[in-house]
Amino acid sequence: MYAGKKVTRVDAYDKAIGRTRYTDDLCDKSAYIARVLHSTIAHGRVVSIDTSEAEKIPGVVKVFTCFDVKEKHYFPTAGHPWSTDPEHQDVADRLVLTEEVRFYGDDIGAVVAEDEVSAAQALRAIKVEYEEYPFVLDVQEAMKEGAPQIHKEYPNNILKHTAIRKGNYEEAIKEPGLTKVEGWYDTPTVQHCHIENFICYAEMEGDRITVTASTQIPHIVRRIVGQALGIEWGRVRIIKPYIGGGFGNKQDALYEPLCAWLCMQLGGHLVKLDIPREDTFVSNRVRHAIRSHIISWVRPDGSYAARKLEAFSDQGAYASHGHSIVAKGAGAFPQLYPCDNVEVDAYTVFTNKSVAGAMRGYGIPQAMWAVESHTEDVAVRMGMDPIDFRRKNLMPVGYVDAFSKNELYDDTFNQCLDKAMEAIDYRRKFKEYQNQTGDVRRGIGVSVFWYNTAVWPISLETSSCRMVLNQDGSCQVQLGETEIGQGADTAYTQMTADVLGVPLKDVHVVSCQDTDVTPFGTGAYASRQTYTAGFSIRRTALLLKERILKYAHELTRMPEYNLDIVEGNIVRTTDGRILMSLGELSTEALYSLTNSQHLSAESTSQIKSNAYSFGCTIAEVEVDIPMCKVKLLDIVNAHDAGTLINPALAEAQVHGGMSMGIGFGMSERLIFDEKTGRALNNNLLDYKLSTFMDHPRLKAVFVENAEPTSAFGTKALGEPPACSVAPAIRNAVYQATGVGVNEAPVNPHNLFRRFTEEGLL
Amino acid sequence: MSKQYKLVSCTINGKHVEKMIDVRASLTDMLRDDYRLTSVKKGCEVGECGACNVIIDGECFNSCIYLAVWAEGKEILTLEGLAGPNGEISDIQQAFIDEAAVQCGFCSPGFIMSAVEILEAKREFSDDEIRKLMSGHLCRCTGYENIFRAVKKTMLRRLGKEKEALEV
Repeated sequence: MYAGKKVTRVDAYDKAIGRTRYTDDLCDKSAYIARVLHSTIAHGRVVSIDTSEAEKIPGVVKVFTCFDVKEKHYFPTAGHPWSTDPEHQDVADRLVLTEEVRFYGDDIGAVVAEDEVSAAQALRAIKVEYEEYPFVLDVQEAMKEGAPQIHKEYPNNILKHTAIRKGNYEEAIKEPGLTKVEGWYDTPTVQHCHIENFICYAEMEGDRITVTASTQIPHIVRRIVGQALGIEWGRVRIIKPYIGGGFGNKQDALYEPLCAWLCMQLGGHLVKLDIPREDTFVSNRVRHAIRSHIISWVRPDGSYAARKLEAFSDQGAYASHGHSIVAKGAGAFPQLYPCDNVEVDAYTVFTNKSVAGAMRGYGIPQAMWAVESHTEDVAVRMGMDPIDFRRKNLMPVGYVDAFSKNELYDDTFNQCLDKAMEAIDYRRKFKEYQNQTGDVRRGIGVSVFWYNTAVWPISLETSSCRMVLNQDGSCQVQLGETEIGQGADTAYTQMTADVLGVPLKDVHVVSCQDTDVTPFGTGAYASRQTYTAGFSIRRTALLLKERILKYAHELTRMPEYNLDIVEGNIVRTTDGRILMSLGELSTEALYSLTNSQHLSAESTSQIKSNAYSFGCTIAEVEVDIPMCKVKLLDIVNAHDAGTLINPALAEAQVHGGMSMGIGFGMSERLIFDEKTGRALNNNLLDYKLSTFMDHPRLKAVFVENAEPTSAFGTKALGEPPACSVAPAIRNAVYQATGVGVNEAPVNPHNLFRRFTEEGLL
Repeated sequence: MSKQYKLVSCTINGKHVEKMIDVRASLTDMLRDDYRLTSVKKGCEVGECGACNVIIDGECFNSCIYLAVWAEGKEILTLEGLAGPNGEISDIQQAFIDEAAVQCGFCSPGFIMSAVEILEAKREFSDDEIRKLMSGHLCRCTGYENIFRAVKKTMLRRLGKEKEALEV
């Protein structure tokens, strides 16, 4: 068995010697270089664009403006599976270039040049005349009557509002003896900051267009490029090589449609569009900033009588993933701490800011910031121990969600809390840090989370897999679920080897997805890779095995039911004798003069289930009150992601999520200028991504309760590690200082304000 | 303005080379475009992320903010040049593989080059010193934890401290 073992990543060697080819490494040097002209106002209309000076610059091939987009094919960008039901289709509000400007950094033109310098010079030489409109940056301001209207189809800028009602909130709060705890909680706009910026290149072959792109979702992008160009989807081919991280930003069609359009305008000439880091922050996607308002009515015994959540999600200028993000967080609210009387209202609202899309955790990090900060506030208010209070109210074993049918099968929350507490010596530290005085104080804080695996039943999940046996008994595996750095290919290799019965080295997962070749699949998102792909890998491997054994029967005359494949050999199960190697069988199958067979298998699995993934974070901090600085001393994440296919890679995945959570909780924030709407810190120097020096050693511990619905016992682990980190840090600062910081990140700016308000400074 | 070129002669990965190079080109551009050494990655092109790091005369630099013409007469080492004469990989590369310090892999070449500089110092650095020496690199996948393990273990092993390396 290879599943459960710490096998080395299949791509580690090439990556460690620098041989792995990413998009830019593959692009031919004959490519024209495209650069995007971005608006320098937050809201308005382009009146005219003067390109005359730009066109005179040597090396400039052509300058395109929004007025050159004659056929207006509006397209959606979200990396969701397409819905055949128009009611459920993503909002089609983008054009490849737009005359209507909705945020500072909108795409209003493009330069194509022979080299990067000419392209950059040409961008600076373009003169744009605008008609400016008032703009709005705050999500609740945008909802007010009279606020600037960003899309005329959406009054008060509300893209969508959903409500959840359970029991009777208004009646329940009349119960005598209840304590009301109320808070507002804010999360900032942050960006994915994968180290490889988005990049793509496009060229035509016949009347078809091929786009090679750094994307998580090649098959989805094919559809969107087809929609954006107004051409048949089959004329579009998307190739995804190795990619330098995605984290959800590349779960959107970013500039593939524009690059393809430019290529077609230039007769199919190879065009490369390489997005600079500064543009990546502003004009790709960001995480939705969400403002949450929570009211809890608590009985003296610490149980909830009634709860209410209002969440306002900042969509930015275009719909992208839209309401799905806050809806996911809002859906978590009644489940994490079940209560008989709940009201939830979630709003997604347009503002004149960078477009928000998918980002690791998909609304849950924001929801957990609010919910777990609030949980701490309630525990403190009720004078209860934060861990005991959570244990008392958390989703109980046997809980079933009515919508997803997800079930909490095991006592996972308690197991995760126990493991995390032990790993960080929680009890001793918590006691030691109570009631401190002085300028420098320590604290320890906890937060839990849950996370769905994949997206059923919001949409049907499918996965397709193809396996082809080679002459030597090794096999190629192809899947639509993409490797984006998380280690999916390695997990697929382990799974295939186990089911097929071959050595690990004989499984070759084709890492590159090519929509002309790769079986259909919707890509990397929703922490669905091992869960979703697992079904089709098992099904396909079983199918291939059946065909192999049928052929083995013909060669060996043994009945199929007495044959098995073990470590790449055809074995007679009755006595364990090796009858032939799989390589001998395959060679015979391919070259036989009497009975040649091409042994391959392909199958599709529909996945009509989903699984809860659980965990918690405990963080220990030291707070320098006069300096308004927090130092993270120790941190541990505990996860129940079901059975781990590869514990080493699972641990590595958790480290990365923790790091992203540390940035979210302590330092990251994309700041927009109130006067202009311009992003002020859109670079890696001023945007405070966690560095090597900002982390203590990262600890990851696991509880492995095999997920019963899963083909390999697995469930989500990609996004979960980023979900509970920030509130645990906030709660640790709360224990240290008695001050709850409700606006993330817990950075010196927010601490100074809060410490001043609370009289600590 | 017409393009200007200059002959740049230098040693890259142990081999003496010379080519006419656009005077505006960064060393990253020269290494990637003219010599096809694509381990040298572009993540920001302004010296913030460290993905383009190479060793020039024994010292690690962000090649994106180092003009190609400055490479005249220099000895440059990229990740491609780390392997031994028969293609055997170095201990630090093996450590990145063994410690699962590689995920998307985009930042890995730069990190490994800085690690090489640290290891070439042939002394034992404290944990804080290692963190500081590596802090010119950004990684979004690993949380730096396994990279730290790979660097520290290799440092200790090179100093003959096999036992301590196991405890990292």
